[in-house]
Amino acid sequence: MNANSKIKVENLNFFYGPKKALNNVSIIIPDKKVTALIGPSGCGKSTFLRTLNRMNDLITSTNIDGKVLIDDVNIYEKNIDIVELRKKVGMIFQKSNPFPKSIYENVAFGPKINGLKEKNILDEIVEISLKKSALWDEVKDDLNKSGLSLSGGQQQRLCIARALAVDPEIILMDEPASALDPISTTKIEDLIFELKNNYTIIIVTHNMQQAARVSDNTAFFYMGDLIEYTSTQKMFTNPELQQTEDYIRGRFG
Amino acid sequence: MNNKYLGKSIVIFSFVATIMIVVSIVYMVSEMYLNGKDYLTWEFLTEAPTKGMTAGGIFPAIVGTVLLVILMSIACVPLGTITAIYLNEYSNKKSIITKMIRFAVNTLAGIPSIVFGLFGLGFFIQFVGSGMDNVFSEPGQIQWGQPNILWASMTMAFLTIPIVIVSVEETLKSVPDELRAGSLALGATKWQTIKKIVIPNSISGILTGAILAIGRGAGEVAPILFTGAAYFLPYTPTQLTDQFMNLGYHIYVMATQSTDVEATKGIQYATAFILLACTFFLSFIAIIIRYRFRKKINI
Repeated sequence: MNANSKIKVENLNFFYGPKKALNNVSIIIPDKKVTALIGPSGCGKSTFLRTLNRMNDLITSTNIDGKVLIDDVNIYEKNIDIVELRKKVGMIFQKSNPFPKSIYENVAFGPKINGLKEKNILDEIVEISLKKSALWDEVKDDLNKSGLSLSGGQQQRLCIARALAVDPEIILMDEPASALDPISTTKIEDLIFELKNNYTIIIVTHNMQQAARVSDNTAFFYMGDLIEYTSTQKMFTNPELQQTEDYIRGRFG
Repeated sequence: MNNKYLGKSIVIFSFVATIMIVVSIVYMVSEMYLNGKDYLTWEFLTEAPTKGMTAGGIFPAIVGTVLLVILMSIACVPLGTITAIYLNEYSNKKSIITKMIRFAVNTLAGIPSIVFGLFGLGFFIQFVGSGMDNVFSEPGQIQWGQPNILWASMTMAFLTIPIVIVSVEETLKSVPDELRAGSLALGATKWQTIKKIVIPNSISGILTGAILAIGRGAGEVAPILFTGAAYFLPYTPTQLTDQFMNLGYHIYVMATQSTDVEATKGIQYATAFILLACTFFLSFIAIIIRYRFRKKINI
């Protein structure tokens, strides 16, 4: 945990209407590492993930206080450009959600809305992004086919390519493999391993083995509290708290 | 009654109800065709009425109806679509203003069509039209402040806007929120998301709205009675300030105002048949466009 910090969260509280979903969470997330968020359903880990690119803004009657600093800038300041923030902090959703467009158009979507028009640069971005997401070899001859024609695992990798195309620094993953078969899951995990050389990755997962396999650090959430946050190795071999151990061993949750 | 018989009788009832609809349509169309087929000639389609409208064709009425529907669509489809987009994508669903807009749309859909006609006369002709004459026309000259095809189309557009709004809103609702979230997460603005993701996925609903509006607009007569339909015109409209003939109104005129109703009977049947054909033709164009878009999306 000695690496440079990328995200620093200080005393974060989050409310859905009157219901408190995050309780005074403070955490420092290191640069170019994989951080896993674990905990039982409804513990606030997905809510926490979505505070990092302000996707929670889309839900009405939510409230937030505290600070989320990315590269030492509080993203909840008034003058923050959400569009810029979301380019910097990409997101992969639980259910793969390719647009009903061609594979090429899916990946080119982000660069295009940023005003990029040159065909050759777009071609290049599409190719690089698909290579980074390990999908290029499978689709290079079918770039004009619909993104929806791909299998579930391929669709999720297409979504990763789409996120990579806007050149983010942080990638948030909300249970990216929970709807996939074991082989596709392995591919996504290999990909995460590959990507952490260049990106800071935060992944929410219900799968303990997955957290243990892919992450460097793990944070355990319970009922809106951050209970324990330490290196994955320590977390899964010798956690500090009994509660953490009980959850990891599958005694509750 | 036990459940078995109840289940069976519901099947029978629903089947009979379906058959009745089919039968009445077949009956109506064949009645129109059989009684009017002697009049369905090329001349009938391409010539103006003659001999006090007891002979000749209905060409001006066909052109008038088609122009009316086209002008109406140009007004009501974009306006209805934008309203639906506002209601579904931007408005705060719980706010009083949104509820008022919804109430207004529902009320608009329930207003009798003759009231729209009177509204068009009062608002478009006497208020907007006269106002335009005061500004643009020579003193004493009436150019806009009288019934014409523009005001008739606008009045008809008001009548059909609720249809478009409801139809477009339904498709907007059917666009999954995951797609919106995916677009926003890539740094797209709300408008970019609507333009690039939501609308392209709603084209077929927008065109369905257009088809329904066309069907309604081509058949309605009451809204254009006072706002632009002419009893008899030997020529077709060439500018927005012209009056026009209309198929529906033509049938009404021949059935009630003609000097020789008996002589016009066949013409009435044939005109009704042509009105149906025109509506079908206009809808068919929209259906073709919708089919093209659907194909394009599901490559």
